[in-house]
Parts: sequence; structure tokens; C-alpha cells
Amino acid sequence: MNTGPALVSILRQGSYLIASIHTALDDSQLMRLQKDLVDQIGRHRSRGVIIDVAALDVLDSFGSRTLRDIAEMARLRGALTVIVGIQPDVAFAMVSLGMGTGSVHAALDLEEGLEYLDRQVRARQPGSSVVVPR
Amino acid sequence: MTEDHTVTDDESSGFSTLDRQDEHQLLPELVAHLREHRTKLRQEWATRIHDAHLLDAMTPQEMSTETRSVYDNYVEVLETGSVEALQDYARNLSERIIPRGVETHEVVGIVLLLRDVLARSLFEKYQTDFRLLNRVLDAYEPAANRIANTVAVSFVDERERVIRQQQDAIRELSTPVLPVRERLLILPIIGVLDSERARQLTEQLLTGIRTHRAKVVVIDITGAPDVDETVANHLVQTVDASRLMGASVIITGLSPEIAQTLVTIGVDLSKMNTIGDLQGGLEEAERLLGYKVTRQDGPVGE
Repeated sequence: MNTGPALVSILRQGSYLIASIHTALDDSQLMRLQKDLVDQIGRHRSRGVIIDVAALDVLDSFGSRTLRDIAEMARLRGALTVIVGIQPDVAFAMVSLGMGTGSVHAALDLEEGLEYLDRQVRARQPGSSVVVPR
Repeated sequence: MTEDHTVTDDESSGFSTLDRQDEHQLLPELVAHLREHRTKLRQEWATRIHDAHLLDAMTPQEMSTETRSVYDNYVEVLETGSVEALQDYARNLSERIIPRGVETHEVVGIVLLLRDVLARSLFEKYQTDFRLLNRVLDAYEPAANRIANTVAVSFVDERERVIRQQQDAIRELSTPVLPVRERLLILPIIGVLDSERARQLTEQLLTGIRTHRAKVVVIDITGAPDVDETVANHLVQTVDASRLMGASVIITGLSPEIAQTLVTIGVDLSKMNTIGDLQGGLEEAERLLGYKVTRQDGPVGE
């Protein structure tokens, strides 16, 4: 499975994980992404996950369901998920086919996603004296 | 009485195979008669138009000019049998009167009134000779019908052309996506929203969201005359798609009628953020974006 260039890169940025999907993934690759991400949330004690799908020009029902599942699993492990970079065509196709990201937040791009997480994560620990590193 | 009718029927069926020569002889006579009594017949026609409350949108002078032209054109068609000049005139007339809200039934109505007035005058002239009257009517009626037909078709054609033109204009204006503040877009929807337009609109909006990096979009549907289930579902889709691009949507300008329709037909709009009018929508959008608009002291308008 690890042959060829990486299809997804998972980067650690402070207390957030950023998963960039570079190309269309098949079902098993999606499951691998899901497993890796949920693993790493615990390992890095991440508070937020950003999944960047800007490179995708198609997102099928299994893909969007997996993204929803990842978000739910991440929540159970204590991290908030935001999906960023959905292209206009993809967004339109998704709603036409009755798919969506459910209750998962979507943001325009990486920058927006980071800003959203900053706001949400800070709001969730109002009494904490620990400054969340950016 | 009954016998008379039977005879008439027999006669007219006999005349339906009437040779065209008869028509050629009778029509000039007929035209001469109509020319001779032009003023009186035109007057009578104008009175009947007035009584029927047709063409109320026109002034008496205009009426008099137009009735004169229509009358002359009418008689000319009877004389020459060619409807081309009348067609041009009817188109020209339609072009002038359509913008003033003249309806199809009015135009057809006045032509039929003229047909009637002239027919009556022919009855009067030939009432002593029943056979001749029949022949005259056989010559007159096809021509008169053709005229009524031509005028009606010209009018409707012209109207359709105007409607098409207006539709094109609306489509071209279509849906501007307007940035009003940084990260705030307004999308005013004017005119009927069909599936094709809704698709176009969503595409433009999504592209606009990316270009302007919008976070809030206000969709104002004050200018949409009617919202049915299809349109409502399109709106829901637009809202969902915008959300996938990270922008939240506020819908404004739902009229009482539209609100009632939507609830009655049971479209699920629970996910939609709606606010009464555009002003309220902008205020809410500004709040979401963290803007605070305050008015400077001093009287308004100075």
C-alpha cells in the first residue's frame, strides 16, 4: 500500500493535525486515512483536525461518509474536525446527490479552517490558563 | 319560417362551390359601398368599441386615427385580397399599443366589431335581395375572416416577441453576486427562478464565494414572484452547497404569501437562516462577521 508517492500527508501543526488529500482515493485508501488519523490524534494529543480536499474534483458518497465518520471518531477522541477546500463543482455535485458533510463544519480553505479551530478550541476551554499554541 | 331556413341552407351549400368569378364581380361593388359610407360606418364602429369598453387605454384622438387606418386597411384588403400591407400595419400597431397594456382580446374584439358593423351594413343594403345577399356574404366573409386572423396572429406574434425579448433581458441581468463588505456577499434574486436559472445561480454564487472569500451570503428573494416546492428545494441546495464552501447563508425577503406556501407544501427549511427583510439580513450578517456599524452624530442627510 505504501508504494508510489504519498496520497495523503498528515502534518502536525501545534495541537492540530492537517491531512491533505492529494488525489482521488479509493475505498481502502480512505479507510487507511481514517485509521491513521484517528491513531495520530491520540498520539499527538491533538485538539483539532483539518482535512484538506482542495485537490479533489470529485467526492463520492463513500468519501463523504468516511469524512463524516472520521469527524465523529475524532470527536470521541477529543478533537474537532473541519473540512476545507471543497471546490464549487464538488459542493454543487454533493448537494445535488443529497450528500453533505452532516454536522461537520466546512471552511473555505486551510487558513479559514485554522481560524475556525482556534476560535472553537479556545471557546471550549474558557477557564484554561494554558495558551493554545498556534 | 322553417321552410325559409331550409331553403337558405340549401342555397348556401350551393354557393359554397361558388366560382371565384362571382367573388371578383361582387367584391369591387362591396368595396365601393364601404368606401362610400366610410364616415358613417367608421363612426358606428368607434361607438361600438367605446360601448364595449375596448382600448380604454387610448385617447379619443388616437382612437380616431387608428380606427381610420384600420378601416382603410380593412377595405383595402377586401379590394386587393393581399394581407401583406395589413400585416405590416398590424405589427406596427401592436408594437405601439402593447407597451400600453392592450390585451389580445381587445384587439381581436375591435376587428370582430368592424367585421360585424360592415356585415350589418351589407345586410341593410341587400336585404331586399336575399340571393344576392348570400352571394355578397360568401364573398365578404372569407376575406373578413382572413383579416381578423391576420390581425390576431400579428398581434400575438408581436406580443410573444416582446415577451421573449424581456425574458432574454431578465436572463442577462440574471443574478449578480455583489460584494458589499469584505467577506459579505449579496445575491438579489429577481424574476422567476426555474431549474436552469437556479443551477446557474448556485454556480455563480459558489464561484463568488471562492473569489471573494465570503463567509456570509445574504440571498434576497423579494424580487422572486413565486416560490414553489422545486424552487424551495433549489434554495435549500444552494444553502447546503454554500455551507460546504464555508459560507453561511441568510435568506431575506420572504413575503407572507411565500411563507404560507412553503409551510403548507411542507418544505423543510429548518436549516435555513431566514430574516424578514434585506436590512435585517445585512445587520445579522454584519453581526456574524463582527462588524459594528454606528451612525455619526448629526442630522441625517446633511
